[in-house]
Amino acid sequence: MNRGAASAPVLRTDMLTVRFGGLAALNQVNFEVQRGEIRAIIGPNGAGKSTFFNCLTGVLRPTAGKIFFGGEDITGLSSDRISQKGIARSYQITNIMPNATALENVRVAAQSRRHSWNMVRHCMSFHDLVEKAEQALDKVGLLAKAKELASNLSHGEQRNLEIGIALATEPTLLCLDEPTAGMSAAETHETMALVRRIAKDFTILIVEHDMPLVMELASRITVLNYGAVLAEGPPAEIQKNPRVQEAYLKT
Amino acid sequence: MNTIIGFIQNIPLDLLLIQTVNGIVTGMILALVASGLTLIFGIMDVVNFAHGELFMLGAYVGVVVFALTGNFWIALILATMIVAILGASMQILTLRPLIGRDPLTTILATFGISLILQNYVLWQFGPVARKISEPITTHFNLFYLEYPWYRLVIAGLSAALIGLFWVFLKQSKFGVWIRATTQDRVMAQAMGIPVPWVYTGVFAIGAALAAASGVLFAPMAGVTHTMGLDWVLKAFIVVVVGGMGSLGGSIAAAIFISLLEAYAAIWVSPAQAVIVSFIVLILTLLFRPTGLFVPTPK
Amino acid sequence: MSATAPSSEPLVQVEGLHTYYGKSHILHGVTLEVGRGEVVGLIGRNGVGKSTTLKTIMGLVNARQGEIRLEGSSITHEAPHRLARRGIGYVPEDRRIFRLLTVMENLRTGFDRAGVTAERKKMLLDKVFAYFPVLAERRDQAGGTLSGGEQQMLAIARAMMLEPKIILLDEPTEGLMPRMVSQIHQIIDALHKEGVAILLVEQNVPLTLEASQRIYIMEKGMVRHHCATSEITINDPLIKQYLGV
Repeated sequence: MNRGAASAPVLRTDMLTVRFGGLAALNQVNFEVQRGEIRAIIGPNGAGKSTFFNCLTGVLRPTAGKIFFGGEDITGLSSDRISQKGIARSYQITNIMPNATALENVRVAAQSRRHSWNMVRHCMSFHDLVEKAEQALDKVGLLAKAKELASNLSHGEQRNLEIGIALATEPTLLCLDEPTAGMSAAETHETMALVRRIAKDFTILIVEHDMPLVMELASRITVLNYGAVLAEGPPAEIQKNPRVQEAYLKT
Repeated sequence: MNTIIGFIQNIPLDLLLIQTVNGIVTGMILALVASGLTLIFGIMDVVNFAHGELFMLGAYVGVVVFALTGNFWIALILATMIVAILGASMQILTLRPLIGRDPLTTILATFGISLILQNYVLWQFGPVARKISEPITTHFNLFYLEYPWYRLVIAGLSAALIGLFWVFLKQSKFGVWIRATTQDRVMAQAMGIPVPWVYTGVFAIGAALAAASGVLFAPMAGVTHTMGLDWVLKAFIVVVVGGMGSLGGSIAAAIFISLLEAYAAIWVSPAQAVIVSFIVLILTLLFRPTGLFVPTPK
Repeated sequence: MSATAPSSEPLVQVEGLHTYYGKSHILHGVTLEVGRGEVVGLIGRNGVGKSTTLKTIMGLVNARQGEIRLEGSSITHEAPHRLARRGIGYVPEDRRIFRLLTVMENLRTGFDRAGVTAERKKMLLDKVFAYFPVLAERRDQAGGTLSGGEQQMLAIARAMMLEPKIILLDEPTEGLMPRMVSQIHQIIDALHKEGVAILLVEQNVPLTLEASQRIYIMEKGMVRHHCATSEITINDPLIKQYLGV
């Protein structure tokens, strides 16, 4: 088939399977996401969403199947290699360094892309890195709080900082794991606006339970159930799909 | 292979058997000391640096009671009870407030207590070693040695105490509480088990076991304020090699290490034979860090 | 078993509960109540705070604001082991039975209480073995060797040993095969017949609607709707809104 490079999916999985003993947490999942999409991954409890993310980011090694990132086979690579290739992830439980400032948190991530063996220069004199860090902070609306200790930020700001850290690694694919967990309605709204803003520059995968948010934000939705893909399509279609409703309500 | 066999054949059999007996005797005392330590760690994740001092304190209380009554057995029982109460107070006053904090704080706290106890005892009793005379002074002929019966009594009593403790753990209500709390502290609470008091009880039991070992060991060497140090170091090695929190593992490790040291003492001085324990510790940490006598987790 | 509003004083009252995990604000003012002997369902999507509500009631998680009352007296900051003795049984998600203890020892942690005579212990055991014969068969086996469904039964049986006034039941059907769902339903009915109140957290909506007299629907850390189960069906738009897609 003659497909140009522009239409090659950013990420593709081929019969991705993860077994824990006799249990298939992921069962022959074929998944594809195109550049610039905001793809939400939803499903009832235990559907395999976290397992899926863990496979993509190298935390978990799949039992079978393959993962292709930009056409390259990344199955089984370690998390740091995958991060270097351009997949970034934010976590469900806030994973920032509480005793460092917001800027320092993000700068460490920025450093991962280009390091120097120079042990004598002051860390703040690597201007390009500091600039990248500040840009990332600006994208998540935290530039004003660059010098604040991360532990002093509000919960919503901390979750956004986590996204900022992911951004500073200059990813191609951004995986957001329940970014609005524990947020108030106002903070959720802000984060939603943030994701929409940055979506122009990245491809985004987002696991979320907040249905109204998912319906508004996602361009396409993949529904997982019992480790397999139950349905996939634009939000309106998914809402009308009776099998999806059944899976959630367990009817 | 042949040289090794020839080597072993050259060792006089009686020497080997004597060292086996010595190894088992030391091993049983070590097992008694280490049981308390591993129990405390297993249930509340506390590394009790004051454990050697509880051993030492047991010996000193034994000295005092022995001086008052002239009876070894009363000294043993009273010392065990008194140090158990002391251990409980120690836990309530200094460790309970630290529950949930950084584990480093409990290490520092128990280390501080060990220093306090050592210096108190030094101040109270002076630097000269005290003595408790053994309750059984007869000997028997073990090959060419006149071997004191008392040493076998120590081994037997230690084994009995550990056995009693094992039965207690398996069958009594408090034993079930201890085992449940060790496995899942949160659900133990949800089942009505008063976990803070279980912690105190376990600490008291650990202290009692250490104190009993102290009194039993006292007639073999002098009672000094530093006698706890050697034992606590070995006890820690035993706990790590046996698998932290595993009672059976500690007992097996204690005997294993003591036997190895006893055999090593055939060729080198006892002070150098101690190196064997450290070698075992290093090898365990390198190859089976969860413990030699514990099944490897998947 | 009629579905009426709770009589005079509810057994458990929760008012304006705010719970945090560190900085994460999970419960934004939860208010609900359970009457004596009532089965009350608490439903909502993943992550809305249902389990956290149960854990806060049980004292396993600290409430930063708000009040919890048992039979009228405040238990907001009471220690969990005291609550268990006062009659609150807790069956967590993922069961959490004591894996290295035998089935019998697991049950023992519940009935080995002050003031329980040997006859009463025997009676409790007989009753629970009648409900769950498979546990009788496996009484000397280690908890960890039981299947998922058997562990769920043991977790419930263990809580029953406390002779509780109310059982906090967290997602009992999760991870169980669909045919076990009806078994759970039967157990809930049997407990209800005995007068034990149940606060049932579930994602299985049909089961909850059938087994409970009243339900609360939660979203994002708050109770959004509350009614008798006779007033709502699975096809109600509210159900779709808060639980579906």
